[in-house]
Amino acid sequence: MRYRIEPRRATPASLFYLTPVLAVGVTVALGALLFGLLGYAPGATLYHFFVSPITTVNGLAELALKATPLVMIAVGLAAGFRAGVWNIGAEGQLTMGAIAGGVVALRLVDVDAPWVLPLMALAGILGGMAWGAVPAVLKTRFGVSEILVSLMLTYVAVLLLGLLVHGPLKDPTGYGFPQSAMFGASANLPLLVEGTRLNAGAIVGLLVVLAAWLVMARTIVGFQIRVVGEAPAAARYAGFSGNRVVWLTLMASAGLAGLAGVFEVAGPIGQLVPSVSPGYGFTAIIVAFLGRLHPVGIGFAGLLVALSYIGGENAQVAVNLPRAATGVFQGLLLFVLLASDFILRYRVRRVPPAGAPVSGALR
Amino acid sequence: MSADVLVAILLTVITASTPLLLAALGELVTERAGVLNLGVEGMMLMGAVTGFAVTLATGSWPLGVIAAALAGAALALVFGVLTLTLVANQVATGLALTIFGIGVSALIGAGFVGKPLPALPKLSLPGLTDLPIVGRVLFGQDVLVYLSILMTGVVAFVLNRTRLGLVLRAVGQSDVSAHAIGYPVIRIRYGAVLFGGLMSGLAGAYLSLAYTPLWVQEMTAGRGWIALAIVVFAAWRPGRALVGAYLFGGVTILQLYAQGAGLVAVPSQVFAMLPYLATILVLVIISAGPWRRGLDAPACLGKPFRPAA
Repeated sequence: MRYRIEPRRATPASLFYLTPVLAVGVTVALGALLFGLLGYAPGATLYHFFVSPITTVNGLAELALKATPLVMIAVGLAAGFRAGVWNIGAEGQLTMGAIAGGVVALRLVDVDAPWVLPLMALAGILGGMAWGAVPAVLKTRFGVSEILVSLMLTYVAVLLLGLLVHGPLKDPTGYGFPQSAMFGASANLPLLVEGTRLNAGAIVGLLVVLAAWLVMARTIVGFQIRVVGEAPAAARYAGFSGNRVVWLTLMASAGLAGLAGVFEVAGPIGQLVPSVSPGYGFTAIIVAFLGRLHPVGIGFAGLLVALSYIGGENAQVAVNLPRAATGVFQGLLLFVLLASDFILRYRVRRVPPAGAPVSGALR
Repeated sequence: MSADVLVAILLTVITASTPLLLAALGELVTERAGVLNLGVEGMMLMGAVTGFAVTLATGSWPLGVIAAALAGAALALVFGVLTLTLVANQVATGLALTIFGIGVSALIGAGFVGKPLPALPKLSLPGLTDLPIVGRVLFGQDVLVYLSILMTGVVAFVLNRTRLGLVLRAVGQSDVSAHAIGYPVIRIRYGAVLFGGLMSGLAGAYLSLAYTPLWVQEMTAGRGWIALAIVVFAAWRPGRALVGAYLFGGVTILQLYAQGAGLVAVPSQVFAMLPYLATILVLVIISAGPWRRGLDAPACLGKPFRPAA
């Protein structure tokens, strides 16, 4: 009996949504194997990584807190990925958003008014967009790869933040620490659950998911983005502008990343520090793929990947697992996910050997 | 400027350029075969940590260098299985490779942070190495520096003057035609991807065994991405990759010297931004200039291919 791999004509919808679940299972199994190889008890480590962090109210609040930036950024990135626009510099756009929002907060530190926070959010969105505009201009005008430009700008943004908190924005009463003064009360996001760090940013994150779903599924803009990505020739024939889609998706993803940056400094951090994100901009790429580039899927994927951050911290405390394990998990997850796509597009079929006798009588 | 300072600058430029050149040459071959591997940064980090760990454990730097190359190739193999056999998206898989490489290298290297190691030994030829000025620049380098220069010639020769190179370029230009006339497209691409991994691993080993003989988490600091930019700058030609690597190496060293020269008014971060900004600038000049023609990427770069059964 021989087996042949052949392309599927159509992918069953069930398989499309089942594979991410399957991928998570395989990743956890691989992770357990890896922990075992490194000399940690796999069962206990997995428990501290994936279960115990979400057994308390505080743990659940932290989960939603960390999922918010991941989801907001991933929703924007996914629109670009669908159109074949690879913005991988969201980390830099997040940082620029944090800087822009932070500068507003520090200027208005004595102002007690409800418009401070919206103004910060606006500044953050514009800051992110400004950073995203560079790859957009260079891509549409000169055909420069947005991958390399957006990534290089991430290093520049992080260095700029370092420069600011070591210099012009350093808190003069901060004993020389490289950080800004604390923001004023009206520059902090209101808490949703007292006693936790979960703030109103999570609500905005949910609204972003809903809005993106509507835009992608129900509007002509969403349609254009999908057509440009899936059938570029058809898009040209229909007169959809590729450049416009590059701009749209880069502005959307960079603006959302900037907003996520503001929410970090106006939420759990409360000031500008040299590092405002543990790599949310990069991890959001994984979230986008895990969520199948669909806003609602991304919502769930964000919660799951957020768990890998909290789990990593928890396992570090509980069983002394190095923090880097989080990154390993995230990388593994994306690998397995990409590999699992194969079963969406191909199937294995049994074929009888060529020239095999049809019945025993011929033997 | 005295000759001594000039020599010192030249020596540091070589050190800064060598890892870029090694990684860029590997990626250049991979891309010439039509495969875009964005995981250079991850493969370099795996090479760096493996080279350091093996050298520390065995006390033998040749073993460390070999292990580093193999570690890079091992990660490249994962990339190959995913993108060539399972036809996964090359951009996404390359990013996964980088994220995974950063994580795994940090996990492996957690115990090595701060441990010292002697740097790779440098060539010493009595008489020649002592020559003024050119002596140490030409005859006083370590093995990886010479290898990077040698490989530039080898890659150029193989790509342009041999049958293997011709087939590899054909696979990158038109996978369908190459397949139709009977060349094993997937196998050749596997070879090119593995070569890219070996070279990235060596580039990483250079960082952790020669550049700064230490293991530091994420010590590549974007060099893998700069190597990718150098390949574009080089228009997929090995000789120009050499020029590109030394140009970028030069910018890196320039900013270090400018910082050291006591320009206190300018914060150090501004200088540290220069290599990244220079990369963007060079990409723009390359893409926008009148010399654009003839600089086109291999036609099949990044496109999935699966032969009909």
